[in-house]
Amino acid sequence: MSSDVKTTTVDSKPEVKSPPPKPAAKKTEEKPVELPAFEKSISDKIIEKFGDKVEVGFVKEDRIRINVGKEDVHNVAEFIRDGLNYDHVESVSGVDYPQDNEIEVVYHIGSYSDSSLARQILVLATRAQRETNPIPGNDATKLPTLRDVFYSVEFHEREVFEMLGVFFEGHPDNRRLLLPEDWADLPPLRKDFAIKGR
Amino acid sequence: MLKDLVTPENANVFIGKLGDILEKAIDKPLGYAINWGRIWSLWPVHIETACCSVEFGAASSPRYDVERFGIIEAFGSLRQCDLVVVQGTITRKMAPRLRLVYDQMPEPKYVIAMGACAITGGLYFDSYNVLPGIDGVIPVDVYVPGCPPRPETLIQGCMLLQEKIKRMKARKFV
Amino acid sequence: MTNELPPGLALRKVDERIMTLNVGPQHPGSGHMRIIVQIDGDYIVACDPDPGYVHRGEEKMAEYRNYILNIPHLERPVIHDSCNVLYPYVLGVEELLGIEVPERAKYVRVIASELNRCIYIMYWLAIYGIFLGHSTMFMWPAGDRELLIDLMEKMTGARVTHAHFVPGGVRNDLPPNFEDVCLRHVNYFEKRIKEYAAVFYDNPILIARTRDTGVLSRQDAIRFGTTGSVLRASGVDYDLRKKEPYDVYDELDVHTNVMKEGDSYARSRIPWLDMLESCNIIRQALQKMPKSGSVRVKLKPNPKGKGFDTVYKRVESGRGSLGCYIVSDGKPEPYRVKLSVPSFRNLVALPNLLRGEKLGNMPSVYWSLNYWPVEADR
Repeated sequence: MSSDVKTTTVDSKPEVKSPPPKPAAKKTEEKPVELPAFEKSISDKIIEKFGDKVEVGFVKEDRIRINVGKEDVHNVAEFIRDGLNYDHVESVSGVDYPQDNEIEVVYHIGSYSDSSLARQILVLATRAQRETNPIPGNDATKLPTLRDVFYSVEFHEREVFEMLGVFFEGHPDNRRLLLPEDWADLPPLRKDFAIKGR
Repeated sequence: MLKDLVTPENANVFIGKLGDILEKAIDKPLGYAINWGRIWSLWPVHIETACCSVEFGAASSPRYDVERFGIIEAFGSLRQCDLVVVQGTITRKMAPRLRLVYDQMPEPKYVIAMGACAITGGLYFDSYNVLPGIDGVIPVDVYVPGCPPRPETLIQGCMLLQEKIKRMKARKFV
Repeated sequence: MTNELPPGLALRKVDERIMTLNVGPQHPGSGHMRIIVQIDGDYIVACDPDPGYVHRGEEKMAEYRNYILNIPHLERPVIHDSCNVLYPYVLGVEELLGIEVPERAKYVRVIASELNRCIYIMYWLAIYGIFLGHSTMFMWPAGDRELLIDLMEKMTGARVTHAHFVPGGVRNDLPPNFEDVCLRHVNYFEKRIKEYAAVFYDNPILIARTRDTGVLSRQDAIRFGTTGSVLRASGVDYDLRKKEPYDVYDELDVHTNVMKEGDSYARSRIPWLDMLESCNIIRQALQKMPKSGSVRVKLKPNPKGKGFDTVYKRVESGRGSLGCYIVSDGKPEPYRVKLSVPSFRNLVALPNLLRGEKLGNMPSVYWSLNYWPVEADR
């Protein structure tokens, strides 16, 4: 998103965190006033590798956001796994932006095996084209799957497919998961799907 | 004399007639006995539909012990059960299954709608996947309100059902 | 699948050897979900979990309600762990709105959260007893759990659905004399659950049912992204209370329990060890808690965030790390709320654990994943 909005939130951060963050358990360098150094170093590595294909959304304490186009998401995810030691995806959220005519899919990636990354969540966001009249699975709302990179996205991507209609190309098992079998309406988490009485 | 009347060929017919006779002749005392048997051995089906099952479980726990009122703990086989406690929200995916379960149970059978969701949809009144109450799926005998109902409320609901069974005509299902 | 019936209800062709079996949703060994297993004789060759029977659209409805009205909704997925499931949402809203929480409220939250963790695990243990056909294992935890429910009832006024955490603190202060009662109950509770070791965990039947079934290796546990007791039973030392302390967990001494085996037995023992640890944490928190002070900052009515913002907060719930991703666009209602629930994350492991397992071991493996179907479906 727009980085100027982000910088204001980063500036307002230090006065928000009330218990002065514990020095002992944290492996990060002593927290600087502007951008946290450890998080900055991770985002710099990604920028260094991919250049202007990726865009850093924000760098907050323990949270880094990387925006990437859908053609590069697979490569970036592989680099995140192999080069940066992140090893699992905590959640895959789809967010619908009808005003941009796009659907954003956000991967929250964490790490168990690297203890210095235990606090960190890397937010990898990518966007798919949004269709006005969706035919889930058969329209242009498609993204490459990350299931071969992170096994843990398997059910999450199935959920995003049925909730927002984003088809993940290469996913071995893109079936319906939570909704009833006879669901024939719009995918429910799209903004143009209105619930009863609203 | 009775022995002469009943032959292997007409045994079924005779017993059927006997049932009719019993039903018509001794409705009051026999019906009372049949209902008494039904009241104190209500077997709920082991079907959980939503979060009210937590309080249903608590009702079977030692502190509340619903079994002392004649409601046995939830039981596996629905072919031997006569009570469905609908424990909360019925979603559109669950509704056909609930109906299947209900249809497979032998008569007589009773239904308790437990929780606000099972009565009207409750908190989920405007959800896209939740039925506004289970009345459209299966007939309900007792409504137990609450979100979730306390175990005491559930026990009271069960006792209301027993009151209802006591006043029912037993012959309807004989 | 045939086309005549809806796909979920259709019968599949039965192979000569491989048989397809529907376990659930009406089954004592499945809970509110269906597990479609294919068996060859007594051995499971494939398993396809089919959740969604309690999918109530919480995330969609959250977009239509403001930040405060969402509180009772978002605790409904796990009503017996309602403080913990609400925790990340409340932390996230506090970050979005820039609210500072009073010190005493943080301690009250930690106590409530740990009590709720024990309540959750006791219920889970009770149902594990049902799944294993062990009646005493249902009766004891279900009875002892009421002790802590009494405490929560004293604190919040409701048996299970507390709605106690609000952005800016907790709803009510502790009742008078709560500290003494809490200490007494927790001490008794701890003494009581220590007896479980001899009755359940050293029980040869439970050991025979759970030992070496559904073994999840360390690599797989990391690869599948499992969390909570499942992860820690496989030898990964990861507990958010220690790794990413929220509220006042950094001032308390939290010990993480890890086991190396990765089988159902380890997965059933880790929650029990967690309960003992929770008792320790509650005692520490009671000691360190400020004796007086406010427990809630007053919010403006209908609070809203400042412009477009996203936040992802996570806590360690009774089942594992629970994340909440909130997108705000400056309106009183959130633009999107996503709960990243541990049950859903642990579900990925189920097909892999059940492959090659005996059908009789299915309930013990399934429930040892610390799975609560209502939460997974949301």
